[in-house]
Amino acid sequence: MSILVNKKTRLVVQGITGAEGTFHTKQMIEYGSFVVAGVTPGKGGTFYEGNEKDRFSKSIPIFNTVLEAVRKQRANTSIIFVPAAFAADAILEAADAGVKLIVAITEGIPVNDMVKVYEFIQKKKVRLVGPNCPGVITPGEAKIGIMPGFIHIPGPVGIISRSGTLTYETVDQLTRRGIGQSTCLGIGGDPIIGTRFLDAIKLFNRDKATKVIVMIGEIGGTAEEEAAEFIKAKVRKPVIGFIAGQTAPPGRRMGHAGAIISGGKGTAEEKMKAMRAAGIVIVENPALIGAAVENALKKTQRGKKGHGKGRASRMFSAAHKPSRKSKKLNP
Amino acid sequence: MKIHEYQAKEIIRKYGVAIPKGEVAFSIGEAVKAAEKIGGSRWVVKAQIHAGGRGKGGGVKLADSPEDVREKAGEILGMRLVTHQTGPEGRIVRRLLVEQGIAIAKEMYVGITLDRQRSQNVVMASTEGGVEIEKVAAETPEKILKEYIDPMLGFQTFQARRLCFGLGLAGEALKNGVKFLLALSRAYDASDASLAEINPLVLTEEGHVLALDAKMNFEDNALFRHPEYESLRDIEEEDSFEVEASASNLNYIKLDGNVGCMVNGAGLAMATMDIIKIAGGMPANFLDVGGGANAQTVEAGFKIILKDPNVKAILINIFGGIVRCDRVAEGVVEAAKNVEVQIPIVIRLAGTNAELAAEILQKSGLRFLVARDLQDAAEQVTQAIAEL
Repeated sequence: MSILVNKKTRLVVQGITGAEGTFHTKQMIEYGSFVVAGVTPGKGGTFYEGNEKDRFSKSIPIFNTVLEAVRKQRANTSIIFVPAAFAADAILEAADAGVKLIVAITEGIPVNDMVKVYEFIQKKKVRLVGPNCPGVITPGEAKIGIMPGFIHIPGPVGIISRSGTLTYETVDQLTRRGIGQSTCLGIGGDPIIGTRFLDAIKLFNRDKATKVIVMIGEIGGTAEEEAAEFIKAKVRKPVIGFIAGQTAPPGRRMGHAGAIISGGKGTAEEKMKAMRAAGIVIVENPALIGAAVENALKKTQRGKKGHGKGRASRMFSAAHKPSRKSKKLNP
Repeated sequence: MKIHEYQAKEIIRKYGVAIPKGEVAFSIGEAVKAAEKIGGSRWVVKAQIHAGGRGKGGGVKLADSPEDVREKAGEILGMRLVTHQTGPEGRIVRRLLVEQGIAIAKEMYVGITLDRQRSQNVVMASTEGGVEIEKVAAETPEKILKEYIDPMLGFQTFQARRLCFGLGLAGEALKNGVKFLLALSRAYDASDASLAEINPLVLTEEGHVLALDAKMNFEDNALFRHPEYESLRDIEEEDSFEVEASASNLNYIKLDGNVGCMVNGAGLAMATMDIIKIAGGMPANFLDVGGGANAQTVEAGFKIILKDPNVKAILINIFGGIVRCDRVAEGVVEAAKNVEVQIPIVIRLAGTNAELAAEILQKSGLRFLVARDLQDAAEQVTQAIAEL
């Protein structure tokens, strides 16, 4: 199991014929994601096989609207590569067309557009991941995003992160240790995002394949604190946390629109304190995230077997087919 | 994007927000002329810089004759104004706002900004005007009144009324207050602002409600919708390094340490700064080269980092996802040759084609220190500085 995306994900790519859209659609098809349609207004009725630089291994039907892609190709998930000025409209279109999940990769969508989008998706009960995010990957099943697929392997660790390359860094540390991932979710670095830490934690908490959760936060906002409260009350799985920006000065926006310490709020220190109080294992050194996860996995293994011998690597294969024992462990 | 008080006032006035009569002045002569044009017998001379706390720093002065305006303008114009928001180096004052003096009956606060937790804009008002609102929010949160703006409806009259009653306004003042708040929210919405703050919002002895001060920030992602804002930009108020970096599409922020950093991705860039500190060093900057770390961006990055005389070594940390590390390595080699970097460079390349990249760096003939992981990179760069 996994969260949000899997082999059954039927993907429509909005902005498929643009350079970004083409490049990443090729990558996604090669990874094994099930791309069923593309949307480029005005090019409906044609088929697209990539451009000269990036050739697809199959031909993708193009539609003028997301609604047609949903009706004719039964698309249930959309990924958005539309430029920032038109991206909010693209998200609204996907939400209205009835897909269940929208992954918005686009960076730089105006906040006031997102205020309206956020309100609309609440009403439509559709899940939005992003914007300004690397997307979602369930290793071995589906890559709905721009992350490098090859660094991931299937396994028991769920990852949620506000940043792209820092997620890759984390995944890389795990994969090098032979530790795989259930699903990795980049939620994005903007002030308004569709899926927050709290939402993602709830999903991972219910997912039987996820044994350990990694939360990669950063300065700005209070989303980490919000998630920490829930974790304290409801989550029994081990959670490992890191907050980027411990050395960032207040009042300066660190790249992401959301990464700013303002009015004394949103400091790394404050976040780490709240997370520690919720029982989250805080890693201060980003090079040690992998080691901390390995430790936590060993502990869950011990807890399950009742003795201290379990080698972490042995349980990873077991994680694919959750046993009854693990059900008891994670009610 | 930040703008000056006088520019913010011009914008909100267009939407019907009441402001005192005033004129911008770039010289002492202009300041006196402005005072004469405004008329009356009392004026305020205000330093225009992109930072708050100007009054406490001596950047706002009262004058009671045109001669006095000349004197006060002379004192403020060209001064190095230090406030709690400028840092110890302060800012040189190059522009003034001359305004009519106002007989204040009451000082209040109103601000509009995004509430991230609710993903909605919020109008905040308080009877505690003229002071640091963060302090009020922290110590007496019950004194901050809030009305959330429904994204589909916009700010409504009943909400403005509720806030104004909460501020203790009555009669004419209440009517003026409601009108003021509705106009301010229109200005916020239409100009794609990320902040519109009036502190203090004043009630005059005549019952008028006026914006005595105004602070407005525009949301960076929406600037493409407002080409007219380009003329409002004051480059002299911005960090020259950062202006240059943004011209090369780099995201750079200067810090106080001596380890120059070049990283792809904001989160990884912050994490790299953090691990440098843990290893005993201090980062000299935040620099995100973004998704396309090629020879041009790396070269531009080197140039900007090296302009900071404090930088004693450089750490390059690139996680190649879609970007191939061998391409980045070629870019680094080319850029290092072009720029002739004289200080130690530690490079950590991970991800796509990392091994190939390490080979390119080693064969380049340049003295790069190649790190195997994040920890190693941070240790090598602090070690390199310790050995200098």
